[in-house]
Amino acid sequence: MSASVDFQEAEYATERPLLEIRNLAIGFTTSNGEVNAVRNAHLTVMPGETVAIVGESGSGKSTTALAAIGLLPGNGRVAAGQILFDGEDISNASEKRMIELRGNSIGMVPQDPMSNLNPVWKIGDQVRETLKANGLPSGPDDVAKVLSQAGLPDAGSRAKQYPHEFSGGMRQRALIAIGLACQPRLLIADEPTSALDVTVQRQILDHLDKMTTELGTAVLLITHDLGLAAERADQVVVMYRGQVVESGPSLELLQNPQHPYTQRLVASAPSLASRRIQAAKELGVETDDMLAPSETGVVEPSKTDEVLQIQNLRKVFKLRSGLGKSTDFTAVDDVSFSVKRGTTTAIVGESGSGKSTVAQMVLNLLAPTSGKIIFDGVDTSTLNSKDLFAFRRRVQPIFQDPYGSLDPMYNIFRTIEEPLRTHKIGDKASREKKVRELLDQVALPQSTMQRYPNELSGGQRQRVAIARALALDPEVIICDEAVSALDVLVQAQVLNLLAELQSRLVLTYLFITHDLAVVRQIADHVCVMEKGKLVETGSTDDVFESPQQDYTRALLNAIPGAGLMLPPEVEVA
Amino acid sequence: MTPDNTTTARHADSRRPARRTEHFVADVSETPLQVTDRVKDEAAPLSLWGEAWKNLRKQPLFIISALLILVVVAVSLFPGLFSPIDPTSEACQLANSDAGPAAGHPLGFTQQGCDVYARVIFGTRSSVTVGLLTTIGVLLIGGIMGAVAGYYGGWIDSVLARINDIFFALPLILGAIVLMQLPMFRTNKTVWTLVLILIVFGWPQIARITRGAVIEVRNADFVTAARSLGVSKFGALMRHVLPNSLAPIIVVATISLGTFIVAESTLSFLGIGLPPSVMSWGNDIQAAQASLRSNPMPLLYPAIALSITVLSFIMLGDALRDALDPKARKR
Repeated sequence: MSASVDFQEAEYATERPLLEIRNLAIGFTTSNGEVNAVRNAHLTVMPGETVAIVGESGSGKSTTALAAIGLLPGNGRVAAGQILFDGEDISNASEKRMIELRGNSIGMVPQDPMSNLNPVWKIGDQVRETLKANGLPSGPDDVAKVLSQAGLPDAGSRAKQYPHEFSGGMRQRALIAIGLACQPRLLIADEPTSALDVTVQRQILDHLDKMTTELGTAVLLITHDLGLAAERADQVVVMYRGQVVESGPSLELLQNPQHPYTQRLVASAPSLASRRIQAAKELGVETDDMLAPSETGVVEPSKTDEVLQIQNLRKVFKLRSGLGKSTDFTAVDDVSFSVKRGTTTAIVGESGSGKSTVAQMVLNLLAPTSGKIIFDGVDTSTLNSKDLFAFRRRVQPIFQDPYGSLDPMYNIFRTIEEPLRTHKIGDKASREKKVRELLDQVALPQSTMQRYPNELSGGQRQRVAIARALALDPEVIICDEAVSALDVLVQAQVLNLLAELQSRLVLTYLFITHDLAVVRQIADHVCVMEKGKLVETGSTDDVFESPQQDYTRALLNAIPGAGLMLPPEVEVA
Repeated sequence: MTPDNTTTARHADSRRPARRTEHFVADVSETPLQVTDRVKDEAAPLSLWGEAWKNLRKQPLFIISALLILVVVAVSLFPGLFSPIDPTSEACQLANSDAGPAAGHPLGFTQQGCDVYARVIFGTRSSVTVGLLTTIGVLLIGGIMGAVAGYYGGWIDSVLARINDIFFALPLILGAIVLMQLPMFRTNKTVWTLVLILIVFGWPQIARITRGAVIEVRNADFVTAARSLGVSKFGALMRHVLPNSLAPIIVVATISLGTFIVAESTLSFLGIGLPPSVMSWGNDIQAAQASLRSNPMPLLYPAIALSITVLSFIMLGDALRDALDPKARKR
């Protein structure tokens, strides 16, 4: 910005920030003494402006936002600094004053729509409670008005329903309705759409945008997705380990990140990476963001056979509906596709699309109702127990939840050794050698062997799970949302590891995910599933460049940051 | 408003005054970048049980109850070390009937002229034996029933759950009175018959806890992972599901060990537990009841011993529950 201050900027200079956080420090008292969750944080939200706080889990982004509404957990306190709301310091305001502010001055939309509505209260009653608490008219018409403003169709009768009758997206709309019911001047939205499907996420965010623009509400958006933050916010604040490392206008931050952490984040965020790949394709240049080896890559031509063929696969579950009666639910309906050796095929779909059921059937943990799964020329449903045991060596899974996929009672050595022991491979010494090699392969120090899963982070556990899957030298690995639960940088690290292992060991991946941005980076082929049916298949390039189905198009448009203009390469200083 | 309009409008909104937002960058030396996802290798590796032990060691509740239990176990193993007097009925002198404390007899005498202190010490063994044996038996039967029902589910679960409910509905005391009156039990009452009766009425509780714990674990990803490695269904139960369900079972078993000791005393007091020839707190309380008004002390001391023992097992269970709480496990 130049030294010449024009008239508008002069006017802006006299405008008072709605929320200003100065040198904020937040400490938590734990059994291990005082822990500093946030240090030296500062941010400014002007009236009507949207500011996004971006950071990984544990970076202090939610803690900062909770401090602004005075809802820190009991063992947390503001140790230093100021939180100025419209010029008033509320960092140590009385509970009475905070109650006055909450609702009609500062609203909040929490993260998890499943647990933040009281299940025994009707939706309408929960909205009415908010209106009443802030002294606003709370008749049935007022409640219906608030709900319909949040985009709930048929609000009058919806208000009489209970939370369990609502879908995730509708619950989040109800929470937004509650947050905005009293027309606050500042709305704190803590990962408001993280638990929702991408297409629903987009609708909700669009609607939130529209409402806050109409009401002139300022929004403090907390998110882990830099692409989403840049798309939705005027200003982005990047937090790392309790400190603000960089803040500024969102587009500028994205195009010209200065702090090394922001640079890494920009380089790793899948939504941005997929956007860059798209830009590179259009310009016809190469980009490092592509993790999938190109078609003419390492795989020998003789080995490019179809290792996995899925033919007319169907799975019908019987749902119990009362005594002796049952209704059929078709989870997977007539799905056919094939997977070439040494490539990555992604199955993409939203929750309930049947993608995980397909994975379970390919793993032979669930019997298909009809249809065939042919692995290396053999129908897997015909395997006897001995052949099945051999099949287990060749097809291995990696699961989503890094906290659930390792036995907490086993140390890492026993965890990785288990497949070797089960298949009676080698003696004790050779098994230990193999475990050490595997740990090297997944870039974990060998000293990790003696540790237990609860001592490792999510990404490290996921790498242990990969090592366990690799122990038997399998040919196919089924990754069921294997990176979805990880922080962006860790996710990038694991994806890189998977790509590297693939080119080194000629592995075939079947990658189950809801995240198209990740697909863009890692997959060669894509199968899009909707409600149990396969709606589109093709090479990743084809599907992303010219999607044939409306559903695929909707999914692609829903990737955060799709509208951003980005150069294909990030300059990492 | 279409999505694309929103984004473009946001960045080039001419209606709003052009606010100048500063581009702030923190000093890198103050916010050093750390290696992504580094393994913390400062602390020594710690298993779940190791961690529980570390927490337990600092808890006064655990220390007190563990010390008390150690004393009780030592007394029951080597009663001779704690009491120089042989309390068998032959050694009782009727001349000492209901006498107060005397030198060498700190707690006085019973109506039969036996030393109360010695009887309390020597009675420990039968109470602790009944408690321990019953707990082991209940763990075996209830554990197997519960694990099978919870793990395999389906009709097996339905059948076992109903059997469980039937036994759960039978009151222990009433059932024991009826069974102990059967000729085969009436004629040869021993520690073993009592243990058998207590197991028959005690297993449903453990079965329920085990079933719940197994159901919680059986669908965990690590069990699915083991199955897809080629581990058999039964192998996965033994190697992964059961070890991970142990914590709540241990807690309940510890607490019920205390209640089984109470049950033994109750049945002995009613005259349908251990035979009078076996020295036990329950029998002593029953015998002392006759002279309760003139000499309450012979009743009071075994009752105190009983309360302290049961209390310490229940306290130990509580301490274990806190230390093994799965919610506290995740870091």
